[in-house]
Amino acid sequence: MQVSIPFSPDQASSYSGRVDSLFAFLCVLTILVGVSITLLIIYFAVKYRRRSEEEIPRPVAGSMKLELTWTVIPFFISMGIFVWGSSIYYTMYHAPKEGLEIYVVAKQWMWKFQHLDGQREINELHVPVGRKVRVTMTTEDVIHSFYVPAFRIKLDVVPGKYSTVWFEPTKAGRYHLFCAEYCGTGHSRMIGWIDVMEASEYQAWLSGGATEGSLASSGEKLFQQLACITCHRSDATGRGPVLEGLFGKEVQLQDGSTVTVDEAYIRESILNPRAKIVAGFQPIMPTFQGQVSEEQLLQLVAYIKSIGPKASGETGVKPSAAPPAGSPQTGR
Amino acid sequence: MQSVAEVVPPRTHYLNATYGVKSWLLTTDHKRIALLYLTSVTFFFFLGGLFAVLIRLELLTPQGDLVQAETYNRLFTMHGVVMVFFFLIPAIPAVLGNFLVPLMIGARDLAFPKINLLSWYIYNVGALFTVIAILSGGVDTGWTFYTPYSSTYSNGNVILTGIGVFITGFSSILTGLNFIVTIHTMRAPGLTWFRLPLFIWSHYATSLIMILGTPVIAVTILLLALERIAHIGIFDPAVGGDPVLFQHLFWFYSHPAVYIMVLPAMGVISELIANMSRKNIFGYKFVAFASLAIAVFGFLVWGHHLFVSTQSVYAGMVFSVLSYAVAIPSAVKVFNWTATLYRGSISYDTPMLYAFGFIGFFIIGGMTGLFLAALGVDVHVTDTYFVVAHFHYIMVGGTIMGYLGGLHYWWPKITGRLYPEAWARFGALVVFVGFNLTFFPQFLLGYMGMPRRYYAYPPEFQVLNVMSSAGASILGVGYLIPMIYLMWSMRYGPHAPPNPWGAFGLEWRTSSPPPTQNFEQTPVVTWEAYEFRPREEMDLLGVRDVLDQTLRPRPVGGEGD
Repeated sequence: MQVSIPFSPDQASSYSGRVDSLFAFLCVLTILVGVSITLLIIYFAVKYRRRSEEEIPRPVAGSMKLELTWTVIPFFISMGIFVWGSSIYYTMYHAPKEGLEIYVVAKQWMWKFQHLDGQREINELHVPVGRKVRVTMTTEDVIHSFYVPAFRIKLDVVPGKYSTVWFEPTKAGRYHLFCAEYCGTGHSRMIGWIDVMEASEYQAWLSGGATEGSLASSGEKLFQQLACITCHRSDATGRGPVLEGLFGKEVQLQDGSTVTVDEAYIRESILNPRAKIVAGFQPIMPTFQGQVSEEQLLQLVAYIKSIGPKASGETGVKPSAAPPAGSPQTGR
Repeated sequence: MQSVAEVVPPRTHYLNATYGVKSWLLTTDHKRIALLYLTSVTFFFFLGGLFAVLIRLELLTPQGDLVQAETYNRLFTMHGVVMVFFFLIPAIPAVLGNFLVPLMIGARDLAFPKINLLSWYIYNVGALFTVIAILSGGVDTGWTFYTPYSSTYSNGNVILTGIGVFITGFSSILTGLNFIVTIHTMRAPGLTWFRLPLFIWSHYATSLIMILGTPVIAVTILLLALERIAHIGIFDPAVGGDPVLFQHLFWFYSHPAVYIMVLPAMGVISELIANMSRKNIFGYKFVAFASLAIAVFGFLVWGHHLFVSTQSVYAGMVFSVLSYAVAIPSAVKVFNWTATLYRGSISYDTPMLYAFGFIGFFIIGGMTGLFLAALGVDVHVTDTYFVVAHFHYIMVGGTIMGYLGGLHYWWPKITGRLYPEAWARFGALVVFVGFNLTFFPQFLLGYMGMPRRYYAYPPEFQVLNVMSSAGASILGVGYLIPMIYLMWSMRYGPHAPPNPWGAFGLEWRTSSPPPTQNFEQTPVVTWEAYEFRPREEMDLLGVRDVLDQTLRPRPVGGEGD
């Protein structure tokens, strides 16, 4: 069901119509409730207006039936709204496994985007229409919030962790990106644009951008520069776990519990290596806190993802021209 | 019998019993303390209002031009801090509650008169710290003090403001404690729980929140200060903390705090609706228990402020469903108030106009609460002007309509003077119109996507912002009108009889203004709450004199027959 509401921004994502439908339903409900109570009050106020100072009306006894009615009916209506709202919420915050991967580092007061292919943008993000886009975000300083009204999507960007949101643009155009969580003096300057392009234009844009190599290849370089490679050797003779084919798998920790190797676990293991040590290894890895920036962390994550399971037979770094729809790098 | 009705106020009452500054600053009379609070909260209301004026002026144009971004951020922060902690939270309980709780239950005073005075001093010490923080540059974190901005990055007076809020919290706790003990132990003979006015029920529920919730904000501010001063990692991930933890702690108090503001207003509205239509409240017990239900459920919904804060999707769902649970008792109240009007004798005097206004604001504020509790819609509108409009309708519209309605209704009792009715009706109308013009456009701005706390904004949002600012100028005038004529009436208003409204309730059965000890003799209650009955019926029951004395004194003519 598609509804168009006055004062609403463009409907430009796959779920924006669903948000507007629920919003429209709530507006209608509000008007119905508001108007009926208002009319009732006006009717009573006129009909039973005080006619003389002396007047004292006869008391009216309460009614259990009425009380139950106006408790139970609102209860069922609100449960309906709850289920409706929750289903949209679940869709919004349940990122599909496949999709164009975008990494975001927010800072006071700008948005920095990194594409898997290595393009970097500030306050402007180019994405193709009709493709699911997965946005993995973190921040260098305070909490920010990634808000694109035309997509009806918003998610906080919290320091110290990755948050992931997704959208599928359905209409080409330029849409506002706002920071929606107050973040200091330049909060209202932290505005960017999402450029949704037709697939062909997007290809042209991608090939036009000068790149310094893909995100994963930058990560690989870093992996060598920081000498990660001396311990995390691919031939299993190093002092650290083999990282090839690791991403997305479950590993057993020293205390017997298990953890899935995802972006957050890799990030934590680089910054705070002793937090969760894989069984059979010594806690000897030094922390890289303060030595790698959030952007470099994302490059390392991208590299480790790129040498994940399905890519294990290859060199890992695949400078493919278009981040593929069924990217093997994200196949889990 | 009729001749005993008092028209002229008694020689001595609480206002003229003693004179001098000292007699006020050291008073333990709850009525005088209420007036001390009235002075304080009025001052802070207009201070907070001043900040609002500057905010609305800045937002007239899309670009930032009137003040610096830094200044703007301090303005909305100080507006929030002052209005929330120093006006909205204490306004009704500390002024009307303080004055009326003992009077309504037939007591001489609150259970702990000295603690009551202490609470006013604590409030002012807290206020002093906050004023110093404002004068030395203010603070720019937003009244929500979100970490790690507040604990690490902000260069405003976070600690000083925090100390102010921390200290003021204790005045709230003491007031709540005093009310609970008083309501439990000092009710007049015969005044059983279900004979209590609904004002008392709602203040009881409010007091529970004050006592249980306020310590949490105190601890939260303490933790924030520890991190900011001593760099102990609690909230900032750079030192090992969790920034979202702060939001959980903050809202664990600050959501129930909304009910600290609006429950007392609901209590006032119940009094106004019943007495101004001379009817027993429809579904008394449902309205009474709805207050308690709101207080209890109010503690379980804080997570609905965190739907986009990266908390788990399932936690979001739990908080959403609980938020709907708290909406039900609120709706029940509105339905019962409406039903009370049925076959009433409805007066159009000012207090009733404010009560109608309250219901209007409460419907809009409450229904938009359903929008915000609906997860999928909240993601789009949270942190936008939609939220700003919503909470102003509830917290400000609701609380101020209750506060002003109550102030007018009990003004004759408090001051012994009548205010000019025509001006008062006009003022109520201006407030209602101005408020809607200010805040309704903000709902539209929010759905269009304008984030809150923006100093400058894209030009497509300008038209609605100009409308909002224009409405604010009307609203400002609306607030000044009662301020002026109420002050005028304290000196020049006609003397008020004991019960100018023909209202029910113990506070109307003593003189206006009441004597220091409230009642010449302890009343004995033999009637239900709001037990208005037609005169013939009262004659039959032999309870005629109960109400007679309390009705507006008028020429004895047709009454003695």
